[in-house]
Amino acid sequence: MINTRDILETITMIQDEDLDIRTITMGISLLDCADSDIDKSCEKVYNKIYSKAKDLVNTGEAIEKKYGIPIVNKRVSVTPISMLVAVSGGDPVKYALTLDRVAKDIGVNFIGGFSALVQKGFSAGDRELIDSIPRALAETDLVCSSVNVGSTKAGINMDAVKLMGEKVKEAAELTRDNQCMGPAKLVVFCNAPEDNPFMAGAFHGVGEPDCVINVGVSGPGVVRSALAKMPKDAPLNQVADLIKKTAFKITRMGQLVGTEASAMLGVPFGIIDLSLAPTPAVGDSVAYILEEVGLEQCGTHGTTAALAMLNDAVKKGGVMASSTVGGLSGAFIPVSEDAGMINAAAEGTLSLEKLEAMTAVCSVGLDMIVLPGETPAETIAAIIADEAAIGMVNSKTTAVRVIPAIGHKEGEMLDFGGLLGKGPIMKVNSKSSEVMINRGGRIPAPMQSLKN
Amino acid sequence: MKAVVTVVGKDDIGILAGVSTACAENSVSVDEVTQSILDEYFCLIMLVGIDKMEISIDQLKSAIEAKVPDMTVHVMHEDIFNSMHRI
Repeated sequence: MINTRDILETITMIQDEDLDIRTITMGISLLDCADSDIDKSCEKVYNKIYSKAKDLVNTGEAIEKKYGIPIVNKRVSVTPISMLVAVSGGDPVKYALTLDRVAKDIGVNFIGGFSALVQKGFSAGDRELIDSIPRALAETDLVCSSVNVGSTKAGINMDAVKLMGEKVKEAAELTRDNQCMGPAKLVVFCNAPEDNPFMAGAFHGVGEPDCVINVGVSGPGVVRSALAKMPKDAPLNQVADLIKKTAFKITRMGQLVGTEASAMLGVPFGIIDLSLAPTPAVGDSVAYILEEVGLEQCGTHGTTAALAMLNDAVKKGGVMASSTVGGLSGAFIPVSEDAGMINAAAEGTLSLEKLEAMTAVCSVGLDMIVLPGETPAETIAAIIADEAAIGMVNSKTTAVRVIPAIGHKEGEMLDFGGLLGKGPIMKVNSKSSEVMINRGGRIPAPMQSLKN
Repeated sequence: MKAVVTVVGKDDIGILAGVSTACAENSVSVDEVTQSILDEYFCLIMLVGIDKMEISIDQLKSAIEAKVPDMTVHVMHEDIFNSMHRI
């Protein structure tokens, strides 16, 4: 029989430590839906997504019941819509409304892919799509948008960076009556992965198969409670080892769910994304893991080192446990979604500058950070440029998802509700970056040798 | 196919009887049972065969809960434990 201790450990992880499968995301290619008539194109998009994903939610629920493990989100990601806009022309918001309608009809939580990839320059459809992002986010509930503005191979498209600074601000202004929700669904990437199952940055890359199932596992609470049982004088190599073992167990569960979902839906299994994704639930926090390692509060000196170790150990444990790993894989540090980060930011221990340093070693970037409403678009663009530079030089994915809280000042709190949580408005450097951002152009791709 | 039933809660008379009855009523065979009492807390782990069962795992959980209303009941397919704890 299975070991009693193992059985109880699994049950405790699920019941008391918030272990869950964070998302089953179905990636669907829309390349065969392109039509020179935008209304026909939208109709094809609706029909394809509906026919592929109509059973996604039921299947997720059936697996939840069979294994007794919560699957929090069921989502869909699609081909970057700018490619369809390139063929059809017309108002891209029509696509956003179509995606929103089909997402509601099949019952998924979010649909991602209102996206454009412009790391080297704009092609047909890209500018139109980017211009329409603020309206698309304001007029829909479930559509998520992302734009890739840089990569290690292409450098950074600074014209796109400038544009995105403006669009983030506009998206916040258009949704000012709804907690500035617009930019919470908009991610600006450098080195965007094509198989990421996590929102808001999920899209279905052009190199992917027609339809695929990707799974995102989570479990910061499990890692934290494993570390809590460890003596405080245990050396860090033992701490890393324990994180690895825990990540292994979490990922095995994701692998089981992914394989099962793919068999039930008749869709090939893509990847497991082994990310520690925090939620506002008490205990389900990446900041608390770092504090458990031995920091008085997340954001103090030593945070970057602890996070680097955590991120690496999660990957090492997960890789062994799964047949194929991809997506973002590591530790997320979204401020508003993490109880420990919210406290640290509210008390001033965690600053924007420290978060930027942390993004050099975490799995993504500046995530769910609330900025003062009067922050200029050029400053937001400069924050995006800094973050893209870290990603470009270090050959890693970085992203920016910041929310300018229109009508609010530093020190106040913006409450989004649900999984998005609430965020204290953080201090932003008030000196201008305007001249640099207005230069536009491109930052050339970096050297890949002479690494010092 | 097998499932693992766990029942945890305050010790009382007839818990094992209640759980076994729910299993029998739903054509579920009991393969192995481990139970212990720690500080008045009762902990039962049962490995059951569900090949002949005509209801879903979720419904079996509800059936067991109905027999032992004060206890926390989990019924999970054994694959989750095998995949998590065995290489």
